[in-house]
Amino acid sequence: MTNKMKPSSPYSKVPSYLLWLLPGAFLGMFFFFPLTRITQLSFARIEGKALAGLWEVFKSPTISRVVSFTFKQAFLSTILTLAVGLPGAYLFGKFQFRGKKILRALTGVPFVMPTLVVAAGFYAFLGPNGWVNEVLMQILKLETPPIQFVNSFAAILTAHVFYNTTIVLRVVGDYWSRLDPQLEQAARVLGANRWKTLWEITLPLLLPAIAASSLLVFIFDFTSFGVVLVLGGPLFATLEVEIYYQTISLFNLPLAATLSLLQIVFTLILTILYTRLTRRINQPVQLSSREKSQRPLTSPRSRILAGIMIVFLLVFLISPLASLGLKSFSGSDPGSPPTLSFYRALGENPRESLFYVPPTTALGVSLGYGLITVILALGLGLPAAWALAKRNLTLLDKILDPVLMLPLGTSAVTLGLGFLVALDTPPLNLRTSPLLVPIAHTLVAFPFVVRSLTPALASIQPKLRQAAAVLGASPRRITREIDLPLIGRALLVAATFAFTISIGEFGASSLITRPEYPTVPVVIYRLLSRPGALNYGQAMALSTILMVTTLGGMLLMEYFRVGDVGEF
Amino acid sequence: MKRTGILLAGLVFLMSACKATPEEPRVLTVMTHDSFAVSESVVAFFETQNNVDVQFLEVGDTGTAVNKAALSKENPLADVFYGVDNTFLSRALNEDIFEVYQSPILKEIDPVFVLDKSFRALPVDFGDVCLNYQKSYFIENNLAAPDSLEDLIDPNYEGLLTVQNPATSSPGLAFLMTTIGYYGEDGYLEYWDKLVANGVNIVNDWETAYYSAFSQAGGTDPIVVSYGSSPPFEVLFAEEPLDDAPTAAVTSPGTCFRQIEFVGILNGTPNRELAEKWIDYMLSPEFQEDIPLNMYVFPVNDNAVLEETFRKYLEVPEVTADISPDMIAANREKWINDWTEAVLR
Repeated sequence: MTNKMKPSSPYSKVPSYLLWLLPGAFLGMFFFFPLTRITQLSFARIEGKALAGLWEVFKSPTISRVVSFTFKQAFLSTILTLAVGLPGAYLFGKFQFRGKKILRALTGVPFVMPTLVVAAGFYAFLGPNGWVNEVLMQILKLETPPIQFVNSFAAILTAHVFYNTTIVLRVVGDYWSRLDPQLEQAARVLGANRWKTLWEITLPLLLPAIAASSLLVFIFDFTSFGVVLVLGGPLFATLEVEIYYQTISLFNLPLAATLSLLQIVFTLILTILYTRLTRRINQPVQLSSREKSQRPLTSPRSRILAGIMIVFLLVFLISPLASLGLKSFSGSDPGSPPTLSFYRALGENPRESLFYVPPTTALGVSLGYGLITVILALGLGLPAAWALAKRNLTLLDKILDPVLMLPLGTSAVTLGLGFLVALDTPPLNLRTSPLLVPIAHTLVAFPFVVRSLTPALASIQPKLRQAAAVLGASPRRITREIDLPLIGRALLVAATFAFTISIGEFGASSLITRPEYPTVPVVIYRLLSRPGALNYGQAMALSTILMVTTLGGMLLMEYFRVGDVGEF
Repeated sequence: MKRTGILLAGLVFLMSACKATPEEPRVLTVMTHDSFAVSESVVAFFETQNNVDVQFLEVGDTGTAVNKAALSKENPLADVFYGVDNTFLSRALNEDIFEVYQSPILKEIDPVFVLDKSFRALPVDFGDVCLNYQKSYFIENNLAAPDSLEDLIDPNYEGLLTVQNPATSSPGLAFLMTTIGYYGEDGYLEYWDKLVANGVNIVNDWETAYYSAFSQAGGTDPIVVSYGSSPPFEVLFAEEPLDDAPTAAVTSPGTCFRQIEFVGILNGTPNRELAEKWIDYMLSPEFQEDIPLNMYVFPVNDNAVLEETFRKYLEVPEVTADISPDMIAANREKWINDWTEAVLR
């Protein structure tokens, strides 16, 4: 009965606490419990007057410089990522063109690449001896390289945009593709020009997706570690870098824990702001099939603009990666013919090392972890997104909504130590279990899944479900025949993210692993940490294999459409 | 009824007999930093000899590994921990993670390596952090190869050097300590001022320095802080076989910092006797001779014989920077902070 009285809460059949049971237990066990333990232990190490000392350091100019830099770079990186990603999302969301699938798959590849490898790509491209500088020096007849890219603020921003553009492309692009073009068409008919339509109709409708992707990008940049360390150089440090330094180099656990908590508090504030904002902007929109909303590039104007965007994406996102691919085939002497020797060497174990693994094994380990992560993240993310997508949230929903983002904003070093000290007794003696790797990946992937699913779920018109209910469909049938097809695409986006997050190995280096079963990034790092052209070449070859495998996986997902929006 | 009872008793007896068979290997767990590597046959030899299954756990870089050992000392992850170096030795000893074990093999090891006189951390291998240079650059440019720290502040060598940040990189910290050992605590910052004036390039990690900035790998700088062992590895791991090392290490007195790595028995192990055997084995020539090609560092045991490539291309400095683990522990933060203020700001 209540369903008919309050048609706006179509999900009320399933109580919130049931939906939150699994995700809540998971977060409690693998996030809050380890975090609490390591924080307790860290503060227990404070002796006597050290508390005053801690406060001294905490309010020192170094720390405030780190905090303000962390915000500054994350803010600018997010703006720039949106500036590149939104036109790209428009292209992917509104148009059909040849090569679209492969281009979209390509834009996702940077997301999985280890930072050291990407840095090598940027060096080859923009470094003092990179192609761009060489060409400019020849053309302009310069003595010294004109572009100072590495160890600069610009390098950090560029690398962040390089890594995270795919988030905006996918989350906003997917949403855009499902917006009904009739509203825009109506606006145009009523005399609004192109810009006015964009500004007053399209952008407001897109806001939920833009907000969700901006939040994800911001938190990723906010907790950036590898990019800042490797490409930014010693002049720059984020909170995450400072936490690493305080923990590992100085073993100042109380200060490290304080900084970790600070980072978490900032993430929490941000997410609360975000949830408040989306509460206002999430609204059911008229969805339509992609066949109806996407059109071919017909006018010369749209062709030129799309051409510019495609070339830009290719040059910006692909060329640093392509330069790695080239390196993996080229011999150490410039001008020597292409060679497969690095690839051959990957399959050999001349020293009969105990921890040698053939690339296929490492790929198998990576893909296995990726699969488990997808299953865990979707299994936990779907009920959570479901709970958050209803119109009238319970108090529990409102509290848990911002909280589930926290793992993204938590230092990997801190959490890794947390696992060590918390999960050490049966039945939870998991600290040396290989399962801990996909569990850690899931903590990062889970918020992604929720954030990319919630806007899609929330956009489902209650009218549609009501109609189905009136026509006698059971709640289960509504789920199967209305909800699932409508969110199929978003589900795919979420699965892609979970998979790539796992393959890219965020923070897993802070875990304890069996050296016999390394993932691909771990093997790449092993090779890169040794001198000798053959080791370096092998690292490049394995990176290329990782790129090609990821690309293949993404293409497979592009073709594997789970219940696209049907015609109605 | 009776028959089933007897049968059951027999079954139980059989099962318990199976469980108690002497063939069942025991497990020894060894935790290491993430650069540990060893040949399969070397471990297999120990396993068959002692009827043991050796399991390795990788717990992160050296600093991370020491921290993890310290934080889990109430409930240790393993029986043995290998991978503390002299820059982290004091932390490991202060946290009291090791049991005392005076291995008989220590007789075969030069006492200069035995930094812990309480025999909790026993030396396994060493490596020297030294300046490396690309030979061809200096021949082509008619410039003498660098031979001292002074050379690096000579205007002739302007803009040729890449070093690592001591706050984030262990060779970077080693090079900072080399300069402190050479110029003293009063003089090293002045030296660094001159290095900066001479255009030193500072990056955060060894990989970027060696593979992106160093001219041998396509970068622009022909001098880089790396290891004394890097030149022989350029030969061993060349893409095409080489007749000569393309790079060389500077090994004049006081220009290198010696990193020594240690192993110890973790406090409270239930497998003390096996752990002792493993440590004896790690210090014995069989294991020691396997170290260089797997881990790029060198044996401390005098009886271990090096492969020919090393005898030919490895330059081991006679005199390295003289800084004790206690000094490092006491001053690490201060030195890095002072360096950061003077050089990066």
